Amino acid sequence: MGERIFIKGNEAIAKAAVLAGCDAFFGYPITPSSEIPETLAIEYEKGNLPIFLQTESEIAAINMVMGVASCGGRAMTASSSPGISLKQEGISYLVGMELPAVIVNVNRGGPGLGNIGPEQSDYNQATKTVGHGSGHMVVLAPNSVQEMAEFTMEAFNIADRYRNPVMILTDGYLGQMKEDIVFPEPRVEHYDKSGWATTGAKGREPHIISSIRLSHDELEEHVSKTLKPKFDLMEKKEVRYEEHLTEDAEILLIAFGTPSRVVRDAIERARAKGVKAGLLRPQTLWPFPKERLRQLGERVQAMICVELNLGQMVDDVRLAVSGSCPVELLNRVGGNLPSEVEVIQKIVEVANRLGVTR
Amino acid sequence: MNNTTSSLPEEEWELVKEYRRAESLREVYLTGSKMTHYCPGCGHGQIHRILADQIDYLGIRERTVIINPVGCAVFVYYYLKCDHIQVPHGRGPAVAAGAKRYLSYLAKQRGEPEPIVISYQGDGDLACIGTAEIIHAANRGDNITVIFVNNAVYGMTGGQMAPTTLPGQVTTTTPSGRRVEDTGMPLPVSEMLSVLKRVAFVQRTSLYSTAEIRKTEKAIRKALQYQMENKGFTFVEILSNCPTNWKMTPKESFSWIKNEMTKYFPLGVFKDIGGKEEKA
Repeated sequence: MGERIFIKGNEAIAKAAVLAGCDAFFGYPITPSSEIPETLAIEYEKGNLPIFLQTESEIAAINMVMGVASCGGRAMTASSSPGISLKQEGISYLVGMELPAVIVNVNRGGPGLGNIGPEQSDYNQATKTVGHGSGHMVVLAPNSVQEMAEFTMEAFNIADRYRNPVMILTDGYLGQMKEDIVFPEPRVEHYDKSGWATTGAKGREPHIISSIRLSHDELEEHVSKTLKPKFDLMEKKEVRYEEHLTEDAEILLIAFGTPSRVVRDAIERARAKGVKAGLLRPQTLWPFPKERLRQLGERVQAMICVELNLGQMVDDVRLAVSGSCPVELLNRVGGNLPSEVEVIQKIVEVANRLGVTR
Repeated sequence: MNNTTSSLPEEEWELVKEYRRAESLREVYLTGSKMTHYCPGCGHGQIHRILADQIDYLGIRERTVIINPVGCAVFVYYYLKCDHIQVPHGRGPAVAAGAKRYLSYLAKQRGEPEPIVISYQGDGDLACIGTAEIIHAANRGDNITVIFVNNAVYGMTGGQMAPTTLPGQVTTTTPSGRRVEDTGMPLPVSEMLSVLKRVAFVQRTSLYSTAEIRKTEKAIRKALQYQMENKGFTFVEILSNCPTNWKMTPKESFSWIKNEMTKYFPLGVFKDIGGKEEKA
């Protein structure tokens, strides 16, 4: 702690999990996330992680996480896009069973096998569904190796706080890049799980962890009276975002993860060219900073979403501003990243079109 | 770990000779009634009772976690007074693998006895959608007990073909009988698992006679004892009936198990690292 070290994003996630008191990791190899199980295998052998298992499948991994979570432990799995698709059933169950868990998605190119380049094309999958059924989970979106570590540590707390899975949605660049970081002092929140965890019914009534509710009224009550208020509370309490040069911005850019680093530089250079550009960077994709965007939408001339997909977050931005300003999209897919020049050109083009240049 | 046999002297079976309610069995089920949700004549009730008896006998109720499958037995938790986790279809052994590892870790830290994890599964759950999970749990030698209820049909969903359906057997998805050319042969899970080196115990039993029920009791007891002794993966396959979907009376259904099912699913001990092989 306190020491500055040079480390890969995936390794930072793994080491942060150990610092956060992770009891168990289960995972299946997939590029570009495999350094997470590799690093944790070493931590396991060193005795820093109680349980580690390379599993027979992505599906087995999420279900083993479910087993540990049911018994009150802190459990994590990590994968990349195709593997996360396979885990969707398990994630849905975790929400229905009200179990905490941390799931890391190092987003790669898709659809299908795609490639191992960075994309943000799992945005909708992460923010709009938790597999089947009505559910949500907090989705944290780091944009540096430092945040990979910090958000992982916080993810375990958020998961326990709400008894709900939490996803860290990052991308192939952040997983693979090395930066120097300082691991923060762990701030492990402890929650009493003895009222529900399945640890053996010793001297108490049995605990049953289940997502089946056969009667229509019972399921409606569970979803609308138990789960929905939790989702509402998460929306109220867990929204995180960062702003850069938004005070006087006329063109607001919205980007998360790796593209937000390009955009941050681009807006500074756009200002040199006479366009007052700013950046809002969501650090949680769900809940989404929609209230802040609504406010900014009434003030700025236009918004530009920069993302690595065909345009997914842009829909949420449009919903948030509800027509109060035009919302444009600059996107790349396939593992490509928009260059700083492309972003500046887009900013200048929009500014000229709207007549907001100096 | 010891390698001596755990087969029990006959007097220990006196316990179950007179009727009494197993303490691990709820008197009023969680449905709020004394009626089970199972169809009349269904074998699950007997198997629950047998399991409850053995949990009582071994005194492990308070350290047992039962994994509930998807299928008719999704509601095992209605009946047995243990902790339960209801899990996705076929994933019981994976959830059990996670739960067992964590509970064992806790027990070691606290100096408590070995926690017991039981995955209760049907044939659609275990032998079809969950084949990867069961094979790898067995191959790792996970120290869990799997109770595999094989009734040759998908019961909960209304009698479709299972991987264990017999050739020619009529189901709702094999209206003219199972065609081996299309769908293969009944999957012999016990035989398959028994070749894996880290498997401690595999036995296939049935419910069609009192003698077979007794063998089932002994098999489940032995499997749980092995788990208590940390001997590794234990597996009891029970040929059970489904009078509703087989469209038979309970009596006819037991005859069918005896005369037809056992042709494809021979009874017996397929693996026992604990000592002498028992003849069926």
